[in-house]
Amino acid sequence: MTKLAQWLWGLALLGSAWAALNVGALGLELPAPCRDVLWPLPAYLLVAAGCYALGTVGYRVATFHDCEDAARELQNQIQEARADLSRRGLRF
Amino acid sequence: MASKEASRTPAWSRLEPEGRSPPQNTYSVLLPTYNERENLPLIVWLLVKSFSESGFNYEIIIIDDGSPDGTRDVAEQLEKIYGSDKILLRPREKKLGLGTAYIHGMKHATGNYIIIMDADLSHHPKFIPEFIRKQKEGNFDIVSGTRYKGNGGVYGWDLKRKIISRGANFITQILLRPGASDLTGSFRLYKKEVLQKLIEKCVSKGYVFQMEMIVRARQLNYTIGEVPISFVDRVYGESKLGGNEIVSFLKGLLTLFATT
Repeated sequence: MTKLAQWLWGLALLGSAWAALNVGALGLELPAPCRDVLWPLPAYLLVAAGCYALGTVGYRVATFHDCEDAARELQNQIQEARADLSRRGLRF
Repeated sequence: MASKEASRTPAWSRLEPEGRSPPQNTYSVLLPTYNERENLPLIVWLLVKSFSESGFNYEIIIIDDGSPDGTRDVAEQLEKIYGSDKILLRPREKKLGLGTAYIHGMKHATGNYIIIMDADLSHHPKFIPEFIRKQKEGNFDIVSGTRYKGNGGVYGWDLKRKIISRGANFITQILLRPGASDLTGSFRLYKKEVLQKLIEKCVSKGYVFQMEMIVRARQLNYTIGEVPISFVDRVYGESKLGGNEIVSFLKGLLTLFATT
């Protein structure tokens, strides 16, 4: 099964459960306060997922390592390499 | 010179204390190049240094796609300096894409492990011994360098570039659940037969090609180990990330999402 199909299946499953509970199918009659929460639940979840995504990406951008040391080390090694290679007769 | 000495000493003699490594392990580094005249001698020097210090058996295969800047001339000089058993030149007439460069290079590779990396100095050879250790640790089919984990990171990226990179990585992880944290990186070690199998299966190009390799690997139940790497963005030459790259990345991502 492709990832797309997995997502569609998952969404269809959750969606139909949500719809069934909302219209009270299968004799499932929820108490009124529950139904009040259930009805806008997908919208809440969407907003929560969006916040999670923004928060996660933001955190990861903020903690993305800047490899200053690696860059400095490389610069030094480049000097060393140039000197050594010239000594061995490389024409750059 | 230390590097000459090291290449004469059989690599396995120094590996014996570890016991597990068979003497015949050889690591073939594939370096596809296009206009890398500045960088090629430096990356080769760093590779030789890294392998000499770690003592693993190696060869470097340079696949130059007819660069007009004389990359090939520099490569020939390097072959003379380091010997044609260590530096193998397998040029091609014109620019023909990364996947076919790997196939072309592999045809001539004598190693049982293949290391692929960029020749532009963004990937440092000092990580290769860590890749090899990691591979032995779990007998992984693939070891992938990652900028997104542990001590991994980047140098020379502005905020915008970081946001795009992290954002794209986040979406990819959610949609594809690939089992590896860095999909667009191209610093990896493969068992030779695994790389061969994967290239046969892969159809995309550019950034997406690297991503597809990992996704296909997961499909084929190959195991993937990861090593944090520092990615130092191009010292010489221009780094490329434009609108076009982003669009083709998204297209590729959605294609993989719908087909794998």
